[in-house]
Amino acid sequence: MKVIEAKIVVLGSQGVGKTSLVVRYIGKMFSKHISPTIGASFFTCNISVDDARVKLQVWDTAGQERFRSMAPMYYRNANAALLVFDISSLNSFQAIKGWVKELQSNVPEPMVMSVVGNKCDLESSRAVPHAEAAQYAASIGAQYCETSALHDQGIEQVFVTTAAALLRLAGAGTNLRSYDSADEDRLLSGAPTEETPTHTGRIELPAWSIDNIAHGEPRNTCC
Amino acid sequence: MSSSSIDNVQPSTSAQNNTSDELEPGACPDSILDPTDSFEEFASEMSSSLQSRHIALTTKSSTISEIQCEINKDFKESSEIKSTKSSEDLQNKNDSMSESGSSSNLIDQNNEELDSDKEDYLHSPELINKEKHVFILSSAGKPIYSRYGNEDKLAGLCGVIQALVSVVEDQNHDILRSITTKDCKTVFLVKGPLILVAISKSNESETQLVLQLTYAFNQIVSVLTLTQLNRIFEQRRNYDLRRLLSGAERLIDNLLIFMEKDPAFLLGAVRCLPLPEKSRESITNAITSTCNKIRDLVFAILIAGNQLITLVRMKKYTLHPSDIHLLFNLVRSTESFKSAESWTPICLPKFDASGFLHGHVSYIAEDCQACLILLTVQRDAFFPLSQAKHTIAEKLRRSNCLGAINDALNRNEDLPTTNPLRHIGILEIRHFMYKCKSTAQLFTSDPVSIDRPQDNRTRPKEGGDIVEKKIEKLSDIDYVSNYRKFCSQIHCTSTPAKLIFRSNSDNTILAWVTNGFELYVTFDALMEKDQAIKAVDRLLRWIKKEEQRIFIMNAPTF
Ligand SMILES: Nc1nc2c(ncn2[C@@H]2O[C@H](COP(=O)(O)OP(=O)(O)OP(=O)(O)O)[C@@H](O)[C@H]2O)c(=O)[nH]1
Ligand SMILES: [Mg+2]
Repeated sequence: MKVIEAKIVVLGSQGVGKTSLVVRYIGKMFSKHISPTIGASFFTCNISVDDARVKLQVWDTAGQERFRSMAPMYYRNANAALLVFDISSLNSFQAIKGWVKELQSNVPEPMVMSVVGNKCDLESSRAVPHAEAAQYAASIGAQYCETSALHDQGIEQVFVTTAAALLRLAGAGTNLRSYDSADEDRLLSGAPTEETPTHTGRIELPAWSIDNIAHGEPRNTCC
Repeated sequence: MSSSSIDNVQPSTSAQNNTSDELEPGACPDSILDPTDSFEEFASEMSSSLQSRHIALTTKSSTISEIQCEINKDFKESSEIKSTKSSEDLQNKNDSMSESGSSSNLIDQNNEELDSDKEDYLHSPELINKEKHVFILSSAGKPIYSRYGNEDKLAGLCGVIQALVSVVEDQNHDILRSITTKDCKTVFLVKGPLILVAISKSNESETQLVLQLTYAFNQIVSVLTLTQLNRIFEQRRNYDLRRLLSGAERLIDNLLIFMEKDPAFLLGAVRCLPLPEKSRESITNAITSTCNKIRDLVFAILIAGNQLITLVRMKKYTLHPSDIHLLFNLVRSTESFKSAESWTPICLPKFDASGFLHGHVSYIAEDCQACLILLTVQRDAFFPLSQAKHTIAEKLRRSNCLGAINDALNRNEDLPTTNPLRHIGILEIRHFMYKCKSTAQLFTSDPVSIDRPQDNRTRPKEGGDIVEKKIEKLSDIDYVSNYRKFCSQIHCTSTPAKLIFRSNSDNTILAWVTNGFELYVTFDALMEKDQAIKAVDRLLRWIKKEEQRIFIMNAPTF
């Protein structure tokens, strides 16, 4: 079985629901008691797509202004980014654009980007039209999904399509670590146990081509 | 309340003999914590002159760079470490971000239009009848923090405070320290670019209020570093600091509540989780054996329920209790540490106010609510520390230390420390608190019951009102609040008392300070002095006997 390892960073303004989203997907629950993230939190999960597996390292960053300067530490070497905003806050949508610019100029390697409009349960106070967000996402070669961490809507899809895009990215011969699971078992433990995926998924969306995956400005870097 | 007698007498001979020929309960040759006098902050604040105040805040060598140099010297692989000028990098970045902030201008405009409403706002239910207000503003008079109400609407008040402070400074070349009226104390503290003010109707002394304001200042330094704080205001005197503090107000809210309730702040000491000596030893060993190869690690701290389980440190460095209190406050206020491993910059103001340490913060296991904090000077150390955490957790589980921690946390009835007064059988004593001075550790008869803080900053704005209630049964917090007066008398700089024994219609309180310890005990109202001394004698003997369980009696290093 083909296995790849990828790092994904979750970015977005304070309180848009980044942690709720990640905890909903990985921990399968929603808690009203989640407090603002301090610094960044680290999660891992395994997603099986068709007959391959993606081991994801998830960095859930803090949206508070004082941590803004730490972000490069987390998006450096990231293979994917979830750019989360709150559909009831126009400011949080504007902030996404700032993040995208920052990623484009600081991350030279190709990166899978997904724009996520969270809190879609708050339709009545929507401040960002679906079409506008979708159009923006398309313009940067990202997918657009709307989610609700509260009602567990759309989140599965965000992660699974991201995982699928990462597999394609790895197939296109990038710096993603990929190996055969037989090798992995020999490498890691010696015991021939098959690690069970924490998540499996099937992609319903038509796949994008590799050209649609956002690139930063090509740059010569030594590492 | 009528107090009947104040006695500054020598303690009875029996009690004195008992402790003079051996070490005080809890004392040990080496301490992980800096010994404190609870009022050192106050003493230094009070002795500060206008000029010295500025110098003290700006010139201080950085412990973090010292450690980084050491590591560089020892291991010549400097290429890797050079990239760890952590705090500097962070701060430079932040400055460039702050240029884009335009919210401050907006607020200015609003202020002028709404000035007449402001007057009314000061009388609104959000603000009147509170036991204690705390305001923080910039030296330019811009509101930064208010414990209650909305800072935006308090610009007028902040202007007045700023004017008061600067008139005294500029025209009288003096420092405004406090204003006392019949039922209300107002205390001012100018620190660096900030002005902090407490307006209190509580029984706390001026000293204790200054201490609380100093803590509030340190809390701000802990999230920004002093270097960054100073630089921001050097560059833009009018900067609206709320932008950078957004989300950190709740840390100050929680800290203020915490300080009113936990005697650890009053005494400048840290409470340890009582554990069998063997368990604490294996916990410490698990940490040292796992971490001794990680050379950038400065402190490994295991805490649970605002109590210290163990602290392992880099040789040469110790921590000040107030830095530990800020860590307690951070962990207590951050529910999200429970959901995953976190990696976060933390500045410990007493250790090094100029820069950030990087902290790996995580709970040790799903079934054990102890939180492990690994502090390093290396910003890229997350993965080795994460690995170390898992190894430590595994070792603790195998040696059954998680169970011991849980027993102590759940206050298992079989433990002598769970209900010490019942266990010793001294029924005359209702409550006590004991501080070992040389190790800055404390033990009380009850744990302090503090509710889990609110997650979002909506509720703390309410509450805190003055309520007249007839107290039927005193809570641990009431006992501690009763000790405050005694504590100030014992630490009074002009005429410090050594022993106070005082009764009123509700109870009798004994406060006793020696070179080695401070002790505060509450008895029934009708307690006789010699009887009280006998009970105290038994109490001290018991603390001595249980000292290995109650206190951390060694100072392990990596
Ligand atoms: N209605 C609704 N509320 C949500 C949803 N997701 C999160 N929230 C709420 O939004 C608030 C913030 O959620 P967090 O997950 O802490 O937000 P965050 O983006 O991680 O915030 P920071 O860590 O400070 O950057 C919480 O009160 C959540 O309960 C959602 O899908 N719908
Ligand atoms: Mg979060």
